[in-house]
Amino acid sequence: MTATSAPAQPPTRRPVRSLGDRLFAGSATGAGILILLLLAGVAAFLVVQSVPAVTAPADSIPGGEGIVAYVWPLVFGTLLAAVIALLVATPLAIGIALFTTYYAPRRVAQPLGYLVDLLAAIPSVVYGFWGIAWLAPHLVPSYRWLDEHAGWLPFFAGPASATGRTMLTAGLVLAIMILPIISAISREVFSQVPSLHREAALALGATRWEMIRMAVLPYGRSGVIGGAMLGLGRALGETLAVALVLSVTSGLVTVNLISSSNPATIAANIALNFPEATGIGVNALIASGLALFVITFAVNLLARAVVNRRAEFSE
Amino acid sequence: MAKRIDVSDLDIYYGDFLAVQDVTVSIEPRSITALIGPSGCGKSTFLRSLNRMHEVIPGARVEGKVVMDGVDLYGVDTDPVAVRRQIGMVFQRPNPFPTMSIYDNVVAGVRLNGKRVKKADLDALAERSLRGANLWDEVKDRLDRPGAGLSGGQQQRLCIARAIAVEPDVLLMDEPCSALDPISTLAIEDLMTELKERFTIVIVTHNMQQAARVSEHTGFFNLSGVGQPGRLIEFNPTEKIFSNPDEKATEDYISGRFG
Amino acid sequence: MSRPTRTPDLGQPAGASLAAGQPRARRLPRRTATGVFAVLTVLAVLLGLTTGLGVVPLVLLVAVVGTLVVVLLSRAVEGARKATDRFVTCLVVGAFALAMVPLVSLVWTVVSSGLPRLDAEFFHSSMLGILGPGGGVYHAIMGTLVITGITTLMSVPIGLLTAVYLVEYGHGRLKRAITFLVDVMTGIPSIVAGLFAYALFVIFFGEGVRMGFGGAVALSVLMVPVVVRSAEEVLKLVPNELREASYALGVPKWRTIVKVVLPTAVAGLGTGITLAIARVIGETAPLLVIAGTTTATNLDPFDGRMATLPVFAYYQLTQPGVPPEDGINRAWTAALVLIAIVLVLNLVARLIGRVFAPKTGR
Repeated sequence: MTATSAPAQPPTRRPVRSLGDRLFAGSATGAGILILLLLAGVAAFLVVQSVPAVTAPADSIPGGEGIVAYVWPLVFGTLLAAVIALLVATPLAIGIALFTTYYAPRRVAQPLGYLVDLLAAIPSVVYGFWGIAWLAPHLVPSYRWLDEHAGWLPFFAGPASATGRTMLTAGLVLAIMILPIISAISREVFSQVPSLHREAALALGATRWEMIRMAVLPYGRSGVIGGAMLGLGRALGETLAVALVLSVTSGLVTVNLISSSNPATIAANIALNFPEATGIGVNALIASGLALFVITFAVNLLARAVVNRRAEFSE
Repeated sequence: MAKRIDVSDLDIYYGDFLAVQDVTVSIEPRSITALIGPSGCGKSTFLRSLNRMHEVIPGARVEGKVVMDGVDLYGVDTDPVAVRRQIGMVFQRPNPFPTMSIYDNVVAGVRLNGKRVKKADLDALAERSLRGANLWDEVKDRLDRPGAGLSGGQQQRLCIARAIAVEPDVLLMDEPCSALDPISTLAIEDLMTELKERFTIVIVTHNMQQAARVSEHTGFFNLSGVGQPGRLIEFNPTEKIFSNPDEKATEDYISGRFG
Repeated sequence: MSRPTRTPDLGQPAGASLAAGQPRARRLPRRTATGVFAVLTVLAVLLGLTTGLGVVPLVLLVAVVGTLVVVLLSRAVEGARKATDRFVTCLVVGAFALAMVPLVSLVWTVVSSGLPRLDAEFFHSSMLGILGPGGGVYHAIMGTLVITGITTLMSVPIGLLTAVYLVEYGHGRLKRAITFLVDVMTGIPSIVAGLFAYALFVIFFGEGVRMGFGGAVALSVLMVPVVVRSAEEVLKLVPNELREASYALGVPKWRTIVKVVLPTAVAGLGTGITLAIARVIGETAPLLVIAGTTTATNLDPFDGRMATLPVFAYYQLTQPGVPPEDGINRAWTAALVLIAIVLVLNLVARLIGRVFAPKTGR
């Protein structure tokens, strides 16, 4: 404290507080600290259980080439699936957010918003079911077409999967799963655009789209970016939808999105192998989980920083 | 049971900001003391420091002495909660508890403190307090309805009933009529004149006619400029303040030349 | 909520119709776009019936051709700026329609595949000794109830108290740290929470540990931050005037919180907690790791493997047994039950918000 106007401060006296007050304040503070400990505990226990996998001889790790060679293709697969999801979901989510804030008739805008939110309520495993049973088979013709006509692109090198259980399918399922997250945050920032900005644009004779481009999108940009990164964090960690949909070949690193051999994602790989894993295999899986934890932690940290900076800015 | 309050050399801070400086005043028991002055001059802050509500705001603190019948309210071993039980408060906007019925609102001070009281005693207390607040006849048939369903003036009288149900010695009122219409205001003013038989009342008001109508003593707060602390410029019997004030600033304010 | 006022007439250059002697800016008749798409849809249905083209290419065809027609029409009649506006409108509406495709098809797929086994036996029997047809999810539902119940019992007090700390007591660096880390914690992947529970319990119970309580610990890691955030938002909405009114009655702070603040916020708290339960009840990954699965009913969370509804669905689909149809049918019905539970919880959450909101009726 700087003593600008305050005269010499009196000796700090402990305020008189009743026993009940002290107990209650103490337990509330304790609960907060417990959360910090919990987060630290997650990191600590993962590290402890990862150590054996890092120190073990390379040939005892599944794949036989050490922990880095084991985790790297998984990290690659995780990032690939998440980036596909992000690229597909972000523009769609912005469109949906604009639809519910500025395009849909006022009376139905809110119920339609609920419908999109409903997508967030559906459990991951059900998305996996739907991905296998509906989405993947319906995409097979498109994959065949891409293979024939765009095969020169490394992404569509093929051969096209006959089941549709490809990296692109997994990415699309993830895109649908993160859609509600991004669109919810975008919707919130779009609806907060000061009406003064919007009316100023309209008063200049702007069309609706020009008003959105001039007033809404610049104002909402950092919110959309933050929302997209939160979505990315979710996509990186999604487990069962990917585990069910993706047809996996271990140790593979490829950008071919439509074939039936794909790199697994970290989370899916854990789900597929953990139930039967033993010994050092368990430690290797936990080590890959630690890598996932670090990646998502960093992404979420960044996303929150972006979202929070915007919140401070707008207040 | 009304008590006298002696304030000496009171400085009130928000963090490092000195909001009110060097107030020394005696508040007489069984009378109404009005505090007037322009907005932001610290009269509400001063009022809130009398029952240690000021320190509820983070960083807010007080230096100096507030003594009620010989007890230092800011003494080292004084519990602020106990102080507030002796010095009740009514706020600018009526604030009945929205989750409680009219009855529960009135006895909230007793109930919330977890005291075991017989139902019959509680009923008697509720009726006594509501009668004291001139509200009994209007609500006696719907005591179990939500307190928030009353009109603004009734809500404010409900809040007064709630405050006097704790049986304090002093009642602080922070612009109690500013959110009310003239008829409700009149009802509250009549109520104050009745209540002063039993309580020491301190009222902050923006309405000079109100101060002139109801109070025995009036204190005029003012500040010399933005960012400067507020001060108690003059404290005198109401009659004198409004007819022949000692200070030029008081006269200017009352005659409407500023503020 | 602030919403834009709709002023379609501002779409044209503002001065155009005001300038003396100039004709009013030309515009397409209302509902032109709707009409174009309606006609195209009818054509597409006919085309589909005659050529046998799939639904997906037909829908794409309608969308692309329709947009093109509308934009070109608008460009010819209304000018380039209005055409761009119409193009974006088509895109935005299209984005929303596209998002509804998975929702509708998912619900349809799950309901139609899940209905065949939605019978009484499904809810009454476990999978103990079941090979082939029959069997049910009794054991899995009980497991889900036990694990979710324990999770709720652990998460709600911690989450609620933390929210109370953040809103009523917290200040300075600790408050900022907790707020920020709770935000970050909401992003922990669920499988990582499962691994954490395993890494924790393996210390006490040795390798290969599986128990329901571990699942509850893992789910708590996911549920606590959700409870904290929603409770924090709700507690912030309680007007400060009520706290002051209570303090002024000589009520200590903790009683003010327990008897005034929390009851005032009870509707929002109920909604938030119910939504948090809905969020974790469908979690599969952590339970796959730490709770495992069984065929028999196990109600003791400390005694080994415990079946849960989502994990049951997963295994029935991936390891259906012989013949596979029975397992797969059970999987879909389990998925249907799961969705129904989650949706009911969401509905209940909204109802709680309505029913327990403070009443102001006269």
